Amino acid sequence: MPNPSEVKQKNKSNRLKYIMEFISEKLFLICALISVLSLFLIIGFVFFKGSNPFIADGYSFIDFIFGSDWIPSEDKYGIFPMIVASIYATIGALVIGVPIGLLTAIFLSEIAPKPIAKIISPAVQLLAGIPSVLYGVFGLAIIVPFLQNNLGLVKGQSLIAVILVLAIMMLPTIVTVAETAIRAVPKTYREGSLALGASPIGTIFKVVVPAAKSGIMAAIVLGLGRAIGETMAVILVAGNSLIIPTSITDSVRPLTTNIALEMGYAYGTHQEMLFATGIVLFSFILILNFVLAKISSKGGK
Amino acid sequence: MNTTLERKEVKETANVENQNDQRSVKISVRDLDLFYGDNQALYQVSLDIREKEVTALIGPSGCGKSTFLRTLNRMNDLIDSVRINGDIHINGNNIYQSKDVIELRTKVGMVFQKPNLFPMSIYDNVAYGPRMQGIKNKKELNQIVEESLRGAAIWDEVKDRLKTSALGLSGGQQQRVCIARAIAMKPDVILMDEPTSALDPISTLKVEELIAHLKKDYTIVIVTHNMQQAARVSDKTAFFLNGEVIEFEQTDQIFSMPKDSRTEDYVTGRFG
Amino acid sequence: MRKFKDNLLLGLLWFGAFLTVAILLIIVGYIFYKGIGLINLEFIFGDYSPVGGGGIWPMIITTIYTIVISLVIATPIGILAAVYLQEYAKQGRLVRMIRFATESLTGIPSIIYGLFGAVFFVTTLAMGMSIISASLTLTIIVLPVIIRTTEEALKTVPASYREGSLALGSTKLQTLYKVILPSAMPGILSGIILSMGRIIGESAAIFLTAGTVAAMPEGIFSSARTLTVHSYLVTQESGDIELAAAIGIVLIVMILALNFAATFISKKLNKADY
Repeated sequence: MPNPSEVKQKNKSNRLKYIMEFISEKLFLICALISVLSLFLIIGFVFFKGSNPFIADGYSFIDFIFGSDWIPSEDKYGIFPMIVASIYATIGALVIGVPIGLLTAIFLSEIAPKPIAKIISPAVQLLAGIPSVLYGVFGLAIIVPFLQNNLGLVKGQSLIAVILVLAIMMLPTIVTVAETAIRAVPKTYREGSLALGASPIGTIFKVVVPAAKSGIMAAIVLGLGRAIGETMAVILVAGNSLIIPTSITDSVRPLTTNIALEMGYAYGTHQEMLFATGIVLFSFILILNFVLAKISSKGGK
Repeated sequence: MNTTLERKEVKETANVENQNDQRSVKISVRDLDLFYGDNQALYQVSLDIREKEVTALIGPSGCGKSTFLRTLNRMNDLIDSVRINGDIHINGNNIYQSKDVIELRTKVGMVFQKPNLFPMSIYDNVAYGPRMQGIKNKKELNQIVEESLRGAAIWDEVKDRLKTSALGLSGGQQQRVCIARAIAMKPDVILMDEPTSALDPISTLKVEELIAHLKKDYTIVIVTHNMQQAARVSDKTAFFLNGEVIEFEQTDQIFSMPKDSRTEDYVTGRFG
Repeated sequence: MRKFKDNLLLGLLWFGAFLTVAILLIIVGYIFYKGIGLINLEFIFGDYSPVGGGGIWPMIITTIYTIVISLVIATPIGILAAVYLQEYAKQGRLVRMIRFATESLTGIPSIIYGLFGAVFFVTTLAMGMSIISASLTLTIIVLPVIIRTTEEALKTVPASYREGSLALGSTKLQTLYKVILPSAMPGILSGIILSMGRIIGESAAIFLTAGTVAAMPEGIFSSARTLTVHSYLVTQESGDIELAAAIGIVLIVMILALNFAATFISKKLNKADY
């Protein structure tokens, strides 16, 4: 039988433990809330700054979105050419990057001999970590002159150069994520299909790939996110002209590059309009993610 | 509510005295209901578990015996959706009224289905609990570790490798170190949740011998799937079915002349 | 017919994979081919010279500054946040909100982070275009990475460790420090290394918050250039592809080293029994 004073002491030390538990849990909660706080601050500040011209200074939001002239010195702020450039560049990069990326992912997970896949997969994964600026440097050094010489352009910096650089940049991301998804498809699916007399290739495209659909969708969304948000690499190859592109050889200025190019010297309304450009970019990404999520959930049924 | 409960308790205590049992009640459970969210897992469980006896809990899978065991050291608190009605007294204290779970768990040790030693040395595993209670004195810890490992009948097998990883031991050895780890807390009660289900027959035998030995000093509650094991190691056996205690009796009586036909069906292997 | 179709598809698969590998090889090969001539000790450890021929030591130091500062802040917050989400939080609106916020942060492009950093840290908090402004912006960028990888690592710690420790009368906090975090350490470390890669590769957000001063930073309140920003600027301003490629080699080597470190650490720690 423990004596009473001992029991009392033990209870006291346990009380201290419970106090520590309480404090630490609250501390951990605060840490977890920092990401919420950050998101609120980011959205708050960018939206506050960006909406100011339309709310306080009477600029028309419609003119901002659909206006085709961006001349800050004349107080003209229309970002329609940039929106079009961003959309074209993103779609173009998807059209080129997604098929190549998916074919590679399927090859690595299903076709490639093990030793080859073992070398290529980690190498591609590594390339996903290479700073995007370097893709821009490569684009300016190789792709731009190539286009200039072979397509007979005055200036190689163009929409097609942007598309190619973004497509290349998104490749490692798409390959890595899609490969993981395809590898996760249970063996039984393949065996089931093969046992029914389907060819190995038929099995891959009819059974394995559809089964990995949600992971492949995630790969595309991630690649897309990289492409649409990319800034510095794009500046180097876009040419940055403020025209609505009518051909893929036109020089373009997507939304991101507009912000980076002018943020350094902009002030007042001009600066606020750059934040407004940021809002448009932001909404753009939200909408795209939403649409893709819808597509993939529909496909899932 | 309270008065009826008390009256019932008095009545049952009287009953127990009639049976002329000299051992005192260590754990007293009254009208215990347990819910996982909306699903009820235990119905009106009432048991008296006596000091320095081995009490076996048997029954088919999903009958609530493990759930019941985990109410005794409040491990069910880890699951958010669990709700409990009724009372459990250990040493006369209502464990669900006290806020001090730590104190409870130092008094009620537990050994799990699979050995769950931490990725540390054997020594650190056994010393883990005492250290958490603030014992830092090297000599004292050494003594506790040796005593506990001896108590768990594994000292001779591990004394030369105390500082090596506990995960290098065989499954049976690991389980006995788990028991040593529980003993190191100097608990009153040891709960065992199918402690031999992951072990080979020889290791199982060793653990069973150990249980027989431990019962001199500890009150033991053991959940087992193995009817022979219950018959071999326990003094009393409770048969659980669908969250209810169907029968709680002396072990030999449960196995030789059960009162309830469902108990008979189960112990003779007609179902489950 | 079916055979023909199969062969066609198979050919396509080989072609796609070949294209990917070729493109990526060409890029890395080109950067090494162009830049290797500039790489020497003088280039790495020399001071920057605006007239050319100088080194990139100030940019390396700036890059290291941003890595250290942002990780010193983001690592403890990220780990503790993950601990809250995995070990403490009850599923509910609060947790859903935190997860939503973390996921949303992952999807925000770095130029938006740059805009935010420029108005919040640079202007509102009056830190100016400086290493500290950039590092704080980077902190928010890598926070979700650290939270997610730590959560994944915590998930791999067997529930039996938690039960075993709690059943011995330890508190959650003791269980966390003595059992759970040590077991999750390899995963957490590789998450931190991943974040380093992210910081090294970041350019747009730093461009808008740290400015472009090409000199050895005097302190964390100095404006300065990281390696990526330097590589961008020398390409954009002077079209100096060789210099940009040489910086590229340094960046690629850094990323390679980090990846090897991450693989090594997780292998080493997983192999050790404890």
